[in-house]
Amino acid sequence: MLNWVDTLIQGILLGGLYALFALGQSLILGVMRLTNVAHGDFVILGAFAGFALIGGVPGTGITGLGLNPVITMLILLPLAAGFGYALQRGVLNGTLGADPMPSLVVTFGLSIIIQNLLLEIFSADPRSINALGVETQSLPLGNDLHVGILPLIVFLLALAATIFMEWLFRRTDLGRAFRATADDIDAARLMGLNHRHIYALATAIAFVLIAFAGMLQGLRTVIQPADGPGLLLYAFEAVIIGGLGSFWGTFAGGILLGVSQSVGFRLDPGWGILIGHVVFLVMLMIRPSGLFPKTR
Amino acid sequence: MLLRTTQLTAYYGDFQALFGIDFELAAGEIVAIIGANGAGKSTFLKTVTGLLKAPATAVQFDGASLGGRAPGDIVSAGIAMVPEGRRLFPSLSVEENLRMGAYSKRPGEWNLETVYQLFPMLREKRGAPSTSLSGGQQQMVAIGRALMSNPKLLLCDEISLGLAPIVVRDIYDALAKVTAKGLSAVIVEQDVGLAQKASSRLYCFQEGRVSLSGRSNELSREQISHAYFGV
Repeated sequence: MLNWVDTLIQGILLGGLYALFALGQSLILGVMRLTNVAHGDFVILGAFAGFALIGGVPGTGITGLGLNPVITMLILLPLAAGFGYALQRGVLNGTLGADPMPSLVVTFGLSIIIQNLLLEIFSADPRSINALGVETQSLPLGNDLHVGILPLIVFLLALAATIFMEWLFRRTDLGRAFRATADDIDAARLMGLNHRHIYALATAIAFVLIAFAGMLQGLRTVIQPADGPGLLLYAFEAVIIGGLGSFWGTFAGGILLGVSQSVGFRLDPGWGILIGHVVFLVMLMIRPSGLFPKTR
Repeated sequence: MLLRTTQLTAYYGDFQALFGIDFELAAGEIVAIIGANGAGKSTFLKTVTGLLKAPATAVQFDGASLGGRAPGDIVSAGIAMVPEGRRLFPSLSVEENLRMGAYSKRPGEWNLETVYQLFPMLREKRGAPSTSLSGGQQQMVAIGRALMSNPKLLLCDEISLGLAPIVVRDIYDALAKVTAKGLSAVIVEQDVGLAQKASSRLYCFQEGRVSLSGRSNELSREQISHAYFGV
């Protein structure tokens, strides 16, 4: 019995991480209907950027700042926001329109570029960001159960990020502008809104979430240049299960995915990822619009 | 002249929709545009608001050239549109829709409080999803939303469309209250009688050209039907 409680808890904590991967994607997909095939690769890019900020680039003369992960995060996030704004304004804005193909093709190209750039600079060796011992610490729950400190921190951060995004969307002027733009871009422009700037702001925020998720991934496990597409899949599944336009939905989708995988792993080590995908397919069949769809 | 277009042309890709429209409106006037479907009335409004590109010198508003400028600049200059079909934001409540209208932050007498005084019905429904309202109420939200930007010129694109006659009367009464304070308006209407009654001057469009213009109370039924259908 206790084994299953443990499985459930591990699944929920894992789901928090998946939710964090998915929040950035949910934002971009929700506001501008842009499918970013390179989403997972940007998460890994964020992870490697965090790695390089601390330890420098191995094999070159570039040294890092050697600061602890929290300070590094505070440096990385504004850089990520600026990068996201520039990327949207300079590249992705040009791909938006009625036809989904240009954004798919361009972000697919970005995915290939990022993976190979990372491979070239960092080689295929698995890297990890030093979590200063936190990665092995745990918190006892009762007599026989333990929860890892790092997974718990990741889960709580994912929860905080979700609450923040919901607040941003429902209660602020900017969030209202995002929702209006997602509903009807021409009507929004008639209100005086500069859609190029609004989209770029959305991507800037999304990239803060992406860099955040990337650093946490680098802290909790190893990262390799080719890891991106796998993360994209989890992010996408969490967003679709949860429903477009709802961050709580994305969070719930991530949790469901994490629990499904965890249960699957408990049944058989070869089934973990598969069970996650099967649950996704079942959700698509019984409730294609997602658990809590908000936008039409 | 508050608004003047000179030989205004407009294209949807390679398709030409307007062939040299000359239009003028003085401050404080209400001018109607009538015409059959496809005559270019909505296209004309889209070009004035910047959703379609106009040649640089073809549109003059309040002394400035608006041709080619972005819709955001045009709203800031003082033109607001009540779009055809209302085009409210479905994900936003009534009040949020109205707040979106104030995005350009132009100063003036129109704010949430004054809009609710004009349309008291909306105050009760302020938190409701905008699309849950009746057609007439949605039209009030659309007009209120345009007013929130404190425009000098209001462009009304077929505000009577799909509404019962009694509701249309209420809408036009509200419009009369609004324009009595000095706001200028262009009203595009399918209902010719309504257009004549509500305006001081009238243009008739036919296949992208002005086929008739004159004072609304001086034009006869035959003149209008000749110009409307082009026969």
